[in-house]
Amino acid sequence: MTALLEIRNLTVQYGRINALTDVDIDVSEGEIVSIIGPNGAGKTSLLSTIAGVVPAAGGTITFRGEDILRLPLEESVRKGIALVPEGRHVLPGLTVLENLRLGATIRSDTPEVRRDIERFLDAFPILRERRNEPAGRLSGGEQQMLVIARALMSRPRLLMLDEPSLGLGPQIVDKVYDMISDTRDQGVTILVVEQNARRALAVADRTHVLNGGIIRLSGTAETLSGDPDFEAAYFGLRSVADG
Amino acid sequence: MGSAFIPIMIDAFSVGGLYALTALGIGLIFSVMRLANFAHAEFVTVPAYALFVLSDHPVVVSISAAVLVAVVLALVTERAAFRPLRGIDPATMLIASFAVSMFIQRLLVFAFDSRIKPVNPLAVLDGSVALFGAQVNLLKLTTVITCLVLLIALTVFLKYTRFGLEMRAAAEDFTMSRLLGVRANRVIATAFVLSALLAAVVAVLFSAQTGFVHPRFGLQIVIIAFVATVIGGLGNLLGAAVGGFLVGVVSTLLQALLPPDLRPFREAFVFLLVILVLLFRPQGLFPARGLKERI
Repeated sequence: MTALLEIRNLTVQYGRINALTDVDIDVSEGEIVSIIGPNGAGKTSLLSTIAGVVPAAGGTITFRGEDILRLPLEESVRKGIALVPEGRHVLPGLTVLENLRLGATIRSDTPEVRRDIERFLDAFPILRERRNEPAGRLSGGEQQMLVIARALMSRPRLLMLDEPSLGLGPQIVDKVYDMISDTRDQGVTILVVEQNARRALAVADRTHVLNGGIIRLSGTAETLSGDPDFEAAYFGLRSVADG
Repeated sequence: MGSAFIPIMIDAFSVGGLYALTALGIGLIFSVMRLANFAHAEFVTVPAYALFVLSDHPVVVSISAAVLVAVVLALVTERAAFRPLRGIDPATMLIASFAVSMFIQRLLVFAFDSRIKPVNPLAVLDGSVALFGAQVNLLKLTTVITCLVLLIALTVFLKYTRFGLEMRAAAEDFTMSRLLGVRANRVIATAFVLSALLAAVVAVLFSAQTGFVHPRFGLQIVIIAFVATVIGGLGNLLGAAVGGFLVGVVSTLLQALLPPDLRPFREAFVFLLVILVLLFRPQGLFPARGLKERI
């Protein structure tokens, strides 16, 4: 398999504290890779660094064979990387339609953009119904659908999702994860970060357990759940409520 | 009453309109980069000096030059002074804008000395016209109409163009907008250009009303406009426009309606109202959503 995203020895520091230490991750074309770990494990730092929001202190990030480590953050989406950040971040005062349109900022094929918007509005009737309302008025689940759709409007090669189930009820989480699977079926590679370990394990082809900024364990759902070290690696695993 | 009422209202609207445009110019930059740009004063003063320097040329030439000078000045200050500070805390940027403001002001004193210089860019508009049976000053009427047209044009730009959408997005959540591909430099440069265009128009109309320019020409109007943006709700463009308009209208009406011995204290009454508004609405009349950071 060819690696779409290749991360080597990635180290990220906030002041003198290491958020990530020597992280190696490969994501191949068409895969779903998940990163699980407790709060503060460095999951958000990882995605933020790939997207260019946070600078790296060391290491390399290669996307489709190109070094993207020092790319300004508005360029990563142009390379084909879309990030759905933690906390959703709809543009609350802009309408649902305007949010979707902004997702296509990097595209100039207006008729195609319009068709894509129609497709998402068909897939999510609630978004169609509320298309001219400010996105801030949508419920949490609706906002999550909107920001995933918005990210897909850029037609990314790699979709990165940061805690997509956070704060959502179980049925909504099901819908979000259905949407993630569908997206992969359409050929988009996915890197998802979760505290919700069970869910992220189930959806992913491969999972890395991140804790204290270090990859502790890697494998598939089967190998990891059978691994006696799994809980220790996850550390504060608590019984993470599924949704 | 009717014949006195209309000119007073046109007068009030023309002052309100100028404050609204100035407050909008400040608000546009504030909303995208949280910079309270004190140097907006010089974005008004410098084009007014351009009008003075080119006063022997046809009106079209001097006004075009004034607009061009304002835009270039805005882009240069953005590039030289504010871009290196981008993302730094708003207080530091505010101080930097004081520095830019002082620097340009001193430069003007150096180049032109600090005495007032006569300008009359819109001499063609001297005189008055009949409106609903009242005589109305043509310049003031033009000011009202120009302000209205610009407000509508700006609204259309922000609401219906791609650039405008990007600017509104950046105003709501700058980092998220950049993640979606909105180019920070372009959005900020656009904000500065729009701000400068508004400032140049204010320079033309305001200098036509006062008839002279001096190094602190823009400052007098910008200080009031700052107050107006605070009343309206910092970071909210509608609020800035309404706040500017209200302050202008109220101060003009006070000038017209206060008993003559109280008129010198007009500003005191204006600021009394400002204090009252802020006591009851500390966030301003239209609080900005973007300022309550969402985590």
